[in-house]
Amino acid sequence: MTVATPSEHHGHDAEHHPDLRVPGLLTFLISESLMFGGFFATYLFFRQTTDVWPPEGTEVELLVPTINTIILVSSSFVIHFGEMAIKKNNVAGMQWWYKVTAVMGAMFLLGQVYEYLTLGYGMTANVFANCFYIMTGFHGLHVFVGLLLILGVLKRSQRPGHYSATKHTGIEMAEIYWHFVDIIWIVLFTLLYVLTQF
Amino acid sequence: MTQTELPRNTPPDKNPQVAVTHTAHPKKWKWYDYFTFNIDHKVIGIQYLVTAFLFYLIGGLMAIAIRAELATPDADILDPNLYNAFMTNHGTIMIFLWIVPSAIGGFGNYLVPLMVGARDMAFPKLNAIAFWLNPPAGLLLLLSFLFGGSQSGWTAYPPLSLVTAPVAQSLWILAIVLVGTSSILGSLNFVITILMMKVPSLKWDQLPLFCWAILATSVLALLSTPVLAAGLVLLLFDLNFGTSFFKPDAGGNVVIYQHLFWFYSHPAVYLMILPIFGIMSEVIPVHARKPIFGYKAIAYSSVAICVVGLFVWVHHMFTSGTPGWMRMFFTISTLIVAVPTGVKIFAWVATLWGGKIRFTSAMLFAIGLLSMFVMGGLSGVTMGTAPFDVHVHDTYYVVGHFHYVLFGGSVFGIYAGIYHWFPKMTGHKLNEFLGRTHFFLTFIGTNLTFLPMHELGLQGMPRRVAMYDPQFTSLNEICTIGAFILGLSVIPFTINILWSWSRGEVAGDNPWRALTLEWTTSSPPLIENWEVLPVATHGPYDYGHSPEAQPTATPEVSA
Ligand code: HEM
Ligand SMILES: [Cu+2]
Repeated sequence: MTVATPSEHHGHDAEHHPDLRVPGLLTFLISESLMFGGFFATYLFFRQTTDVWPPEGTEVELLVPTINTIILVSSSFVIHFGEMAIKKNNVAGMQWWYKVTAVMGAMFLLGQVYEYLTLGYGMTANVFANCFYIMTGFHGLHVFVGLLLILGVLKRSQRPGHYSATKHTGIEMAEIYWHFVDIIWIVLFTLLYVLTQF
Repeated sequence: MTQTELPRNTPPDKNPQVAVTHTAHPKKWKWYDYFTFNIDHKVIGIQYLVTAFLFYLIGGLMAIAIRAELATPDADILDPNLYNAFMTNHGTIMIFLWIVPSAIGGFGNYLVPLMVGARDMAFPKLNAIAFWLNPPAGLLLLLSFLFGGSQSGWTAYPPLSLVTAPVAQSLWILAIVLVGTSSILGSLNFVITILMMKVPSLKWDQLPLFCWAILATSVLALLSTPVLAAGLVLLLFDLNFGTSFFKPDAGGNVVIYQHLFWFYSHPAVYLMILPIFGIMSEVIPVHARKPIFGYKAIAYSSVAICVVGLFVWVHHMFTSGTPGWMRMFFTISTLIVAVPTGVKIFAWVATLWGGKIRFTSAMLFAIGLLSMFVMGGLSGVTMGTAPFDVHVHDTYYVVGHFHYVLFGGSVFGIYAGIYHWFPKMTGHKLNEFLGRTHFFLTFIGTNLTFLPMHELGLQGMPRRVAMYDPQFTSLNEICTIGAFILGLSVIPFTINILWSWSRGEVAGDNPWRALTLEWTTSSPPLIENWEVLPVATHGPYDYGHSPEAQPTATPEVSA
């Protein structure tokens, strides 16, 4: 199926078409964060109304998630170096930083899988476990999507001249998405891990 | 879709205001382009409208089946389970596949780029994707009948939704997630298009009120829909994967679902009504030939409704064990929403006042809407107060109220919009005689169907039941007769659309002599809307003086 793009066969070159993808993505992320907001509110409601939280037998493990948090938060800085590199027209530098970010993202996901496997209770154990798996699972899904975006950027960057100091919206968008995933994680880590210690 | 041919010689443009500069330009889409993944906002707008109307017919047939069942006190036509399935899917289809997609997706997509002077939406492909999420959603709902049909009402409250027809309920959830995704993607597109793509000559205080309405609607959809998605995901997991968020016996809590649901679904009533308010603000000044009264008040009240609308959802939960202070807070905030709504009603009436009113079909539907919406709004205010609501909750009073709002307030507005913009979309006018017949049948039918329901509710007839006490029979018979009249009313409309589309009176570029930008291009518009982007030389509602003589906005608009 071909898609006719009217502007391809019609010269409006004189008209200025700003690139609207970044504001579009930001709008979308505001919307997305409200979905997490729904989950967070549900979690807080249960935390408020349940006597022992988390219930016995479903305590969370702290070591792996803390390491994971350090990895994810620092990857937000790493990916930013990539953007700084491309702003100096340094494609190879950008690629290197984005590869490092991808590896860190993959480590985070592996850490999460490891955590799931070693926790000893499943999603259905009790309401706390329900919330725990849904929230971390949904976040993990977002990390995975972010990882795909980064890999997509890396793939495209192999075409000569695809990205440059003046042309790097795709790179920027992957970075913004990655920061978003990071911010959500910080809230999530506070709610699910730090707050359960008190 | 095949690439459209490029005709060598374009006929001279019909619109004298626009210089003809390009020739290599397909003039218009072929009929089959409307069945493809087309990314032109005008094609997508019509795709939305036609698809939504088909779903309206399906939902309407369900309503008629429901009313036929309720013509007698016993369940003798539909067995109660099927009744519930019809009732649930009727409500779901009418809201999620008719009003929301036609008012926002249909009119919004068709009109917003034209009104702000853009060639298309900001993200055309995303736009097409958003549309194509709708048909599968409808099919999932129809498919759910093979599994008994979801039976828990359009609110899908647990625990009911967890114990009846689990497969059908899961299909229902998937359908709603699809339309929700569609709505988020569409809204994002509207926000960016309106904020970033209007022609510079169009000042913010010259933005047509329809665009203000769509902007407010989109913000509302962006903020509330994902919360519903969160609630539905949890429900889906409860249904299929053994979690117990909403199972009280396993530590869950059903009230959380109600919060998540109404955080979306209260704003959803504004998602349905705000674009309609926008349509009203365009139709009334044009057909009354008067500048709209209180442009700024109408624009700001859309924004105010959007903000306040996000904080009143608990009024749907007055009877769900809500603590007293919450009832108090949400009663007050609910009543506050009546203020910006009242501002709009007042502004339209003031616009009509002393206008040179042309009683076109579009205007008839607009005036019909005004009267019905006042009625629905007033009964809404009565229920916004917790003490009265506790009394009529889950009775037919509620059904009467929301149909006055949804049918009288939304469907009338969609019809008004269709009669108003059909000439722009197709180049042909709709037939006025059929239009009037359609209007009178609809108006009589609506009142006959839904007015007696208030009385039924006050007398205590519960909603969502297939059987009732024989004392309610005569009023129910009136409702049923009204429903059949409503069913008939669709016939002249459908004939009118089909006939006028090909053979109707040729409309010309600006048959109503309206002043918003969409009327400056040909009818139907060129594929990229304009040869040369238009320049706004006057406000959208500056009637009473010749537009050509107005180099800029009048002081009263730009003050
Ligand atoms: C032919 C016109 C219509 C008739 C005769 C009709 C009739 C009915 C009836 C009898 C019910 C069941 C009420 C109950 O038992 O609670 C109902 C429910 C409903 N209707 Fe309509 N209706 C019509 C049009 C519409 C339209 C245009 C909408 C637009 C949104 C709509 C939205 C709803 C909703 C949301 C429900 C609630 C379903 C639920 O409780 O799950 N209806 N309608
Ligand atoms: Cu409400």
